[in-house]
Amino acid sequence: MTILTFTALVSIGAVLAGLLGSLTGLGGGVVLVPLLTLLFKVDIRYAVGASLVSVIATSSGAAAAYVKEGFSNIRVGIFLEIATTFGALLGAFLATRISTQAIAIVFGVMLLISAYLASRPRVPRATDQVPDRLATRLRMNGSFPTEDGIRKYFVRRVPAGFTIMFGAGALSGLLGIGSGALKVLAMDQAMRIPFKVSTTTSNFMIGVTAAASAGVYLSRGYVDPGLAMPVMLGVLAGSFLGARILPKANTQWLRLVFGAVILFLAIQMIYKGATGGI
Amino acid sequence: MPWTDRNVENVIGNVLRYGVLGSAAIVIFGGAIFLARHGHEPIPYYVFHGEPAEFRRIPGILKAAASFRGRGIIQLGLLLLIATPIARVAFSIVGFMAEKDRLYAVFAMIVCMVLLYSLVAA
Repeated sequence: MTILTFTALVSIGAVLAGLLGSLTGLGGGVVLVPLLTLLFKVDIRYAVGASLVSVIATSSGAAAAYVKEGFSNIRVGIFLEIATTFGALLGAFLATRISTQAIAIVFGVMLLISAYLASRPRVPRATDQVPDRLATRLRMNGSFPTEDGIRKYFVRRVPAGFTIMFGAGALSGLLGIGSGALKVLAMDQAMRIPFKVSTTTSNFMIGVTAAASAGVYLSRGYVDPGLAMPVMLGVLAGSFLGARILPKANTQWLRLVFGAVILFLAIQMIYKGATGGI
Repeated sequence: MPWTDRNVENVIGNVLRYGVLGSAAIVIFGGAIFLARHGHEPIPYYVFHGEPAEFRRIPGILKAAASFRGRGIIQLGLLLLIATPIARVAFSIVGFMAEKDRLYAVFAMIVCMVLLYSLVAA
């Protein structure tokens, strides 16, 4: 196969990954790395480098829109970015130390967890009206616009959220993904931040987290320009398209299909990793 | 809302938007040169050999881009992309300072330093 054909095929794959990633809210990276390694037989280190670059592009593109809407909590975002960036540095250094087989297995396990988290129905809960001491001292409590006016919320369990965020950062740096699912889990479940605020703040944080490990990847030679080019442009185009059709899309059905695809990819990654096929 | 100054939010939104669009444009330009020159060659991505030093470090990338090499220009676009979130954090330091929020200005500085360390020193 020539570089031209390869670039065209990878572009198509990246557009699909970006489209599915934005429609399901899981991000393009989770399908992209398995796609590149399993289907295109690209070395996982190049795949992870290219994926990470595309993560920065989509996150920054989406955050540009959300920042103005007043949903994301910028204080919570900056504070938790301390955890995610240190985690991302650690993850990126780990990626240069451990074997590609081990990375593939960790990737597969992470896919399984993401599929589980994404398929779980979200139970709306009553918001806590009790302020938390630490969160209040850190002035994290916020408000956001809803259909019935401005709604206030109290942030809780900051240390738990901070700890999960460190893990999310490390996974992002190790696997070249945004780990948005884990970030949302930390804010929505642990810190009791409203879902809409959690998802937009997570998006706002993903680019910064990825930038922390991108420098390490670049200097270690993991970012191949010829591969990163179609991946970044394709995922960016796919996620813009996704954002356009999201209001009309049947996400219930899509999540089911996406869940099945992820399950399949997870098994493949773990199998290939365990048998040394990667 | 965390920021009383709407201008800072607008500036940040624009930094992100133009950073991404600008880097995509540079990557497309570099990609076109790369494909025109190397499109017919067989693909080299199966085996990991690491990028040559000129595509790893900022000075090497600038040099390769300045001599109109496709891959050098792509890396330059990717550098701009990586710099975009860093610029965002840097602007938020200014935003917090303007609000006289010292604690969060320090938090943003810590994040900014980790990012710069990764890009320059790692």
